[in-house]
Parts: sequence; structure tokens; C-alpha cells
Amino acid sequence: MSDKLQKPEQLVQIDFAPSKKDWMDPKVEIRKGTFNWAAIPKSTKYLDLPNVRKWQPTDDDWQLPDNWKEIILEGFRDRLKRFRSLKIFMDICVRCGACADKCHFFIGSGDPKNMPVVRAELLRSIYRNDFTTAGKILGSIAGGRKLTKDVIREWFLYFYQCTECRRCSVFCPYGIDTAEITMIGRELLNLLGLDIDWISTPAANCFRTGNHLGIQPHGFQDSVDFAIDDIEDNTGVRVDAPVNKKGAEILFVVPSADYFADPHYYGFMGYLTLFHEIGLDYTFSSFASEGGNFGLFHSNEMMKRLNVKIYSEAKRLGVKWIIGGECGHMWRVLHQYMDTMNGPADFLEAPVSPITGTKFENAKSTKMVHICEFTADLIKHGKIKLDPSRNDKWKVTYHDSCNPARAMGLLDEPRYILNKTCNHFYEMPENTIREQTFCCGSGSGIGTDENMEMRMRGGFPRANAVQYVKDKHGVNMLSCVCAIDKATLPPLMEYWVPGTEVCAVHELVGNALIMTGEKDRDNDLRGEPWAGEEDTADV
Amino acid sequence: MKAMTSLMAVILLILLVMLGAGAANLKYFFGVIFPYAAIVLFLVGIVLRVLKWAGSPVPFRIPTTGGQQNSLPWIKQNKLDNPHNLIGVLGRMALEIFLFRSLFRNTKTELKNGPRLAYGSSKWLWLGGLAFHYSFLVIFIRHFKYFAEPVPFFIPIMQNLDGLLQIGLPLLYMTDIIILLSVSYLFFRRVVSPQLRYFSLAADYFPLLLILTISISGILMRYFYKVDIVAVKKLGTGLLSFNPILPEGIGLLFYVHLFMVSVLIAYFPFSKLVHMAGVFMSPTRNLANNNRMRRHINPWNPDVKVHTYEEYEDEFRDVMKDAGMPLDKE
Repeated sequence: MSDKLQKPEQLVQIDFAPSKKDWMDPKVEIRKGTFNWAAIPKSTKYLDLPNVRKWQPTDDDWQLPDNWKEIILEGFRDRLKRFRSLKIFMDICVRCGACADKCHFFIGSGDPKNMPVVRAELLRSIYRNDFTTAGKILGSIAGGRKLTKDVIREWFLYFYQCTECRRCSVFCPYGIDTAEITMIGRELLNLLGLDIDWISTPAANCFRTGNHLGIQPHGFQDSVDFAIDDIEDNTGVRVDAPVNKKGAEILFVVPSADYFADPHYYGFMGYLTLFHEIGLDYTFSSFASEGGNFGLFHSNEMMKRLNVKIYSEAKRLGVKWIIGGECGHMWRVLHQYMDTMNGPADFLEAPVSPITGTKFENAKSTKMVHICEFTADLIKHGKIKLDPSRNDKWKVTYHDSCNPARAMGLLDEPRYILNKTCNHFYEMPENTIREQTFCCGSGSGIGTDENMEMRMRGGFPRANAVQYVKDKHGVNMLSCVCAIDKATLPPLMEYWVPGTEVCAVHELVGNALIMTGEKDRDNDLRGEPWAGEEDTADV
Repeated sequence: MKAMTSLMAVILLILLVMLGAGAANLKYFFGVIFPYAAIVLFLVGIVLRVLKWAGSPVPFRIPTTGGQQNSLPWIKQNKLDNPHNLIGVLGRMALEIFLFRSLFRNTKTELKNGPRLAYGSSKWLWLGGLAFHYSFLVIFIRHFKYFAEPVPFFIPIMQNLDGLLQIGLPLLYMTDIIILLSVSYLFFRRVVSPQLRYFSLAADYFPLLLILTISISGILMRYFYKVDIVAVKKLGTGLLSFNPILPEGIGLLFYVHLFMVSVLIAYFPFSKLVHMAGVFMSPTRNLANNNRMRRHINPWNPDVKVHTYEEYEDEFRDVMKDAGMPLDKE
């Protein structure tokens, strides 16, 4: 698929004039490069999901159950009863259009149905038609549409061309959150068995093995051991990284990509060196070996099913509290959902840093602290020695991940760490960072190869902002705190801004960290030499 | 097309009242019965709508955070855009409701050669919206003088301020000009912009045209075709005291004005205009971001099928043993 991807200069010829066709016409073209493959039956069966079958979005017949319409309308009615958000968001939009050009998919594609207001109207039109008096009487004059199979196809296309990033929600005068619309739209689709594989298969893996990649316990142990060896090669220090150790003070949960993918892995090495240096009493869990939660992209029930292991492992291992690694949507789940779904965590203690004595008041109920909060506190108290010049070959910028930015507000903690670990840090333009940050374009389970064109389009605003600081300051490193970013920003950079690397914030921490007893380190965590002669000369 | 539908609807409504109150002389209906009915519809409709919203729980605490969270004591929190307590939330809501805080952030995205995306400041929608809502509010309050005797003390003050420009006789009210300009702007932006035209519904043009008709008919009565104020006030005070009388000598223009106001009031609870009430209940704005400090309860927290550690260890015991990993059961 990706070999057919157009060149950037072609892709950027975006036509923003909306089509002549009325948006109420639901007919869509399921075009390669802009959708995701359907879930394989093995995964949906393992998760006991409805309408298990082999199908593809390119099929003419999606093999919907006979009573598909009833299922959707009943599911809709049920969710209107359960979610005030849905009910209010269906009723109060005035279509002012402030959200329209805030969506990365609209900016990158010009497709008018990617304007957040229209994405919501796809659902709202059915709501009006079937659940409001005005719609029942006036039909399309009142903005109602009949629910047809074409509407279902349209939903499938556009609810998987939204990354639930919530940027539009920042600008909406009523706080209408398209993520909420998309999440509920996807829940409805899933009732008909219209799951996509890159969500359901990781979810099935996660249910069984504790992580999305399906890594079994011994594989997890191997990965941790590899990292310990790599760190020793690199620093001369052999760190300890316990797995399933009962009675440790802290459980540490990371997204699985951290110990299996590149460049996440260098950030993983960063955590391990840091924890070793401060002598933290912690443990991994091979079952809670994933903080990420693709259930979030499927349904609230699936999210709960996958999330439950974090508290249950904390309880089984007898820890006092939990630290979570760098991951975006994982933190949406941990911050906004976990305590509600699987709490109360009354068997844990309110988190206190054993190194600095800082009480993390903001996490006293959930008992889970973000690694950036933890590390920033360490640095502030002078508990670790850092040599930022070791990162001098990098001109660093920082990409705020959607969820930590807009569902949490974790903005200055990573920036504080970056400013203490690098000498060259540059911000991207203000409309593209912090709460206005642009998505990588591949979040919420749609970071697949088959969806590459849409990903490059959706990631265009982010990439363009990187281009800006590259031109202006020579930025060559895009740091972030999200596992999906670390997986999907490298191809995005290669496509739009070649020559830009991607890293974890804790990779830079690991590089800058002066470890007790370290050898004369001549390589960074990537095994590459520190800054070259000419780079250091101009510092 | 959808704008035309709305225009036709408004024209039909005008014809209806002109024929009804004029030709058919159904003045009591248009002057008394329909206004009462509209107010009843409004009150019942809004109350039911709010109760309907309130009837659905807020299962998760999902504020959209617009700034730095409350975390470490030395990191400066953005207390208004990312509040963690009630005071902060009240502040955030006040900014949202009185100053349209979120809309103030609005930008316009442009793709320039390079390619370079530029995000320009774009405050027109914010300004137009704010100007419209506030001038409407002032005009609404000013109208109390037609219903209350004696006239409340603040109304003359308000009128003086509104007429500060000291132009013409009767004194020109600034809000009259502002409402005409802002409503026209809000209408024409929908017609002119291809994107807005694409997704605007008849229900988006209709209230604007209705309000435009109300404003124009009001302005005509004040500045051009003078209405019998004494008679109108008799009708107004009569309506408010539930002692309706229909004085003679009220022109047709007044009936057009009153009828369109009544239609707007009656239409309100069944349209997007309920954003007035809904904005108070939006869960991305009216909740504190204290998620990890205080547990939020979901009243329907579902029982779900989970996979336990015991099942996991049962499946993987052998490989875990081989890898030397601790086990709960040997």
C-alpha cells in the first residue's frame, strides 16, 4: 500500500472547497490508504464480541446482522440514557464552525466530512430523525437523515478518521468533544461487529498476555534482561530491574512498545538507569506489562476489561503505589477512567516519593504518578546529577501528546525535564503545542500501514510545525511522551521532514544522567557517540 | 437552499400574522393567546429539556484541559483553564458564559506555499457572537419598561448608556445598530463561506432571520413608524399581571414584532437555542480536573468479563518457571 502513497508535494495539494454534494448524502468511497482492515475472527471471538465473521471494508456486503437497524437504534437509545455528554452534545451544537479548521484530518485532507462539526452531524442527523419530535415530523428540513447501510459505511470511514485527540473541543464554545462522539460512534459500530483489526487484535492480546503485542511472560523477562545488558555495555553499571517482585514499594507500568520497539526502548533504558541511580524499590509486572489500553478505542467496557489488571497486580504484589511510564492514551485511561472503573484503590497508599519525600497530592486517590511528575520532582530537589551537554548533538523540540495535554494538562513537567537535560531546546509555534497541540495523526488505533495516506495527511500539521523549528533552529530531535507517537512520528518525519529523529523524554534523561560508578561513557543510549567535534565546538 | 427554506418560513410567518391580525382581525389571538402559549411552551420545554439531560448520569469525569494541571507545588497551574476545584470551575464557567473564553482562542488555518501552515488570529466570530448576545440581552432588559409600572430604576440608566452617542430623536440606541450588524454578520458568514454553507442547516439560518425580523420591526416602530406606546404598555402590563386587555390603535407592525418574538420563544426549547442552558451542563467544562485526587462514581459501572492473574499464570506457568520468574502456585 505505502508504495502507492503519493509524494509529499502531491499530497499537499489540498482542495479545501467542499464537494457540491450535500453532506447528508452518506455514499462514501472506501479507498485504499484511507481505512483500516477489519478485525480477524480469532480476536473478536476471543473477546466474545458480536457478529464474529470474516469480512473486509472493501466488501460489498458487510454481513450485518438482520436486525442491524434495531441494534443501532437500541444501542443509541441506551447510550443517550447512560451518557449525559452524548445527550447534550447531540442537542446544543450551533454549527458555528469554530472547530472546522482545528482538525488535523480536515487540514490534511480538505474532506469536509472531517470537519469535527460534520463528523458529529453524521451521528446527530440520525439522532434527530429517530429521537426528536421535530426530526420525526420534519425529517431532513430539521436536519434528520434516515439510517441506512450507507450511513453505517460512512460512520465506519469517518469514526476511524478521527484520533479522539480533542483539539476541536478546546475551541468549542460549549466544550463539545468529538472524542466522545467518535468513541460512542465506534461503540455502536462494534455492536454490529464492525471492529478494526489494529484495535481488536491488540485488545485480545492484551486480555490474554497483559500486553498488546502478545508478549508472553518469559518474553517480557527477556526484554528486561536485554535492556539490563545493553545498559551495562553502555554505562558499565549493571542495574537491577525486578519483575513480579512481591513487597516492592512501587509498581512500574509502561506501554509494551517501551521494551519492544525503537526508539521507545532507549527511553526504557532511561527509566532503568534512573531508577537504579536513585535506588528505587520497584517492580514490573509481567501481567500488567501494558499500561496502554486499546480498549479505550473500542468501548468503555473493553477499556475496563483491559485496565483491571493494573490495580489487581498492584494488590497481588503488595506495592504501596504505582508509577506509569510515557504513554499518551494510557494516561487518559489512568487519569480519567481507572479509578472510576476499577477503583477504589484503598489497598494502596497515597504516593510519596521515597527519595524526596514529596507527597503527590494530585494523585492521592488513584495512587498513580506520571513518570514525568516523578522525575521533575527528583531534579527539582537535586537528587540526580545531570550533564545536559551529553545531549548537545540534539537540537530538541517537544511534541505534546494529545491525551496528556488535553485530558490531564501535563505540560510543564516534561518541559522542565527537557530544560535540565538538554542545552538546546526549542518550542514549536504556540498554536501547535500545549493544549493546542496537533496529533501525530495515527492515534486511537488507526496507525496502520493500510491507512498510511490518511496518517500522513493527519500528521501534516504536526510535521509542518517541526519543519518550522527545523528551518529556524536546526531542530533534529522530536521528543515526546507517547508510545504511539514514538511508533508513528518516525515515518511521519521521514515523509514530511526527513532528518528528524524521535525520542522519549527519558532517553534524554538517561543520556544526561551521571551514574555512580559509571565507566567513561563514550556512547549515548543508542550506542552512538556523543556530540561530534564540530557540534561541541560551537557550544 | 437551506437558507432559502428558512427565508420562506420567515416570510410565511410574516404573512400569517399580517393576514391573521390584519385581514382576519384575530388580534386577541396574536396579541394575547399566542404570546401566553409561547411562554408556556418555553417554560415547559426548557424545564423538560434540562430534566432530560439531568436524567442521564455523567459516568466519567472528562474535562478538556486547557492549560497546566495542578501537580507539583512549584509548577504554576493554570487555574482557570485547568481548574482542580470548585472555585476554579466557577471561574472557568464564568469566563465561558460571560466572555466566550473558548471561542476567543479561535484561529484561522491557512495553507501557504512552502508548504507552510499559518494560524492567524481570528476573533470576528467571537466578537460577532459576543456583540449579538450582549445587545440582545440589553434590548431584552430594556423591554421591561413595557411590562412594569413603575419602570424599574435601572432601565432609564441603561437607556441613557445605550443612547450615549446622542444621535437623533428619539435617541439612537447603540444596541439597535449592534444587533443588526452582528446578526447580519452571523447570517452572511454562513452564506458566504463555502465550508459553513456546506454544513449549515435550515435550523441555523431560521433563528437568525427571525431575530433579524424582530430587530427590524422593533427599529421601524421606534424610529420610523411610531407605535402607540401607551397602548402597547397597556397590553404589556396586562399580559404580565394576567389581566390581559387589548387596547385599540396598535398597528400591524407591532403584531408582526410580537408574533415573531412569540415564535422565537416557542421555538427555543426545541432547537439548538438550548445551548443557552446546555453550556452550563457540558461535562468537558463544568468538571474539575481532580481525577486522581477524588474518585468519580459511575452509577452504572458495568460488570465485565475479566482475565485474572490466576488464569494467566495457569496458562503460562511452565514458561514462567523456565524463565525463573516467581510464581504464586508452584
